[in-house]
Amino acid sequence: MIRIDRLTKIFGKFTAASDISLALNRGESLALWGSNGAGKTTIIRCVLGLLSFKGTITVGGRDVTREGKLARSLIGYVPQELAFYDDLRVWEAITLFARLKGVARVDLDTTLDHVGIPDQGGKRIRELSGGMKQRLALAIALLGDPPLLVLDEVTASLDVCGRAELVALLGRLSGQGRSLLFASHRADEVTSLAQRVLMLENGKVTAEVPVSQFVATLGAGSVLHLHIPAPSRSIAIELLRGHGFAPTLNGVGILVPVPATQKAVPLRLLAEARLSVDDFELLSPRDASLSRENHA
Amino acid sequence: MSTAALLSTDTIEAHAPSMVSNVLTLAWRELRDSLRARSFLLYSLAFLALGLGVSYVSAAGTGSLGLSGFGRTTAGLINIVLLVVPLMALSTGASAIAGDRERGMLLFLLAQPVSRLEVLLGKYIGLAGALIACVTLGLGACSLVLAWQGGTTEPRTMLWLAGLSILLALSMLSLGMLVSALARKASVAVGTAVFLWLALVFVTDLGIMAGTLALRLPVKTLFVLTLSNPLQAFKMWALHSIDASIDVLGPAGLYAMDTYNDLLPWMFGASMVAWIALPLVATAFFFRMRSPV
Repeated sequence: MIRIDRLTKIFGKFTAASDISLALNRGESLALWGSNGAGKTTIIRCVLGLLSFKGTITVGGRDVTREGKLARSLIGYVPQELAFYDDLRVWEAITLFARLKGVARVDLDTTLDHVGIPDQGGKRIRELSGGMKQRLALAIALLGDPPLLVLDEVTASLDVCGRAELVALLGRLSGQGRSLLFASHRADEVTSLAQRVLMLENGKVTAEVPVSQFVATLGAGSVLHLHIPAPSRSIAIELLRGHGFAPTLNGVGILVPVPATQKAVPLRLLAEARLSVDDFELLSPRDASLSRENHA
Repeated sequence: MSTAALLSTDTIEAHAPSMVSNVLTLAWRELRDSLRARSFLLYSLAFLALGLGVSYVSAAGTGSLGLSGFGRTTAGLINIVLLVVPLMALSTGASAIAGDRERGMLLFLLAQPVSRLEVLLGKYIGLAGALIACVTLGLGACSLVLAWQGGTTEPRTMLWLAGLSILLALSMLSLGMLVSALARKASVAVGTAVFLWLALVFVTDLGIMAGTLALRLPVKTLFVLTLSNPLQAFKMWALHSIDASIDVLGPAGLYAMDTYNDLLPWMFGASMVAWIALPLVATAFFFRMRSPV
């Protein structure tokens, strides 16, 4: 469905995507996972043919640079936040985009029902909540029944309930034979919707894994923050170093980078050495880095 | 499954609406949005009020002949058109692309099966339709007032003035859209458009006058410089059409009458058409080159 071959996108001196290659088969669901600035949105905009880039991208065999219009006719796109003329009524927006997508007839009630916003056709876009706007964007994306849905952090501006509802709706839609390419930095969304995950960092692919391996891979970068009484800290550090860990002092305790399958090992070692641990928490590498900076 | 194993070269059948269909869809939406916009309504009302005022006062005056032998009403309307229509068209064009880009609407629109050229043409045609409606309404109302007051301005003259005003509006719309395609922010685009309006309406005239005095420009250069300003081209064409003379414009007018007489309408027309086409082509180029975000 999508083939990206050696995509590179540079903004001035900033490389947003570097030598990215990927493929997405029909009916498959692929997540672009990474923190802000990892390159997810850039890849999506290149797939839509909205940015110039080095490399080639085809959607359904159509080159997005040379046959952008045809390539986009195969895509239903949902942005992070629907930005469209707020004065437009919902039915007007649906009608407009149906025409642009070459959809001759639209059953408005069915279209809105399908995405869970029945009876909203007469409302102006500005009167809709954030969640409803996203559902409207999804309804527009589904016009013409495109074989590929491209979603760019669609739940980022939603509250917890709105997020859960939209993810559930997307889960139902992706199970209907459509391909799904979506960007997210939320692990729960990725595990709910994706079959494969492309992990990105600073515009580069760091791993491409099935979703079953994703959680394990994700844990590899965790940092254990142990709250240990001051007199015991140096002994604990020496002990952990002796077992191959690389602990560092930090405020009320120590930070210990841990692999996914060994998160409890430092706790066991300290317990066996009768060193008390007042509390502990598992941090992401970024949070751990911030914690170190604060301590410094 | 690895990426390499998933590579597929199958081409899926794809259909997208024709260029004409997309342009018309976008133009219709743009036209409706413009006619609903408050700013557009205000401009239209200002144009209507000023035009009606000039028509009423002129028709109620003592005669139909003014200072230099042409209808005082038409001369008054030409000045109103010169002030209001460029401002309206420039600011409308300036907010067309930059505003949509800033709000993220352009990104969403271009993510659909439409090309950039279609979006640009759709916007241009829609906005042009709104401007034409405004000019026609304004000058039409003026004609009615003149007819009611027993004024002497003929319908044919008013129709010709409306046609020229529309050409002026289209040229300023092209220029406004070029500004919009280049600007990063809508506020910058509109500010630049207002500056351009000031420059074209006031500064250019004063600049040419100062240049003529200071540099002793030859009259031919003076005429070419005047012709290169679309507002002046409009004014000269309108006066020439009404009175078959542009000697009211001074040495440049006299020179033009003596040298080019029969060619003058073509020269005015070429200047106006160039001011419509060239900025629009440049807009298409920059719109294609620049990111929609």
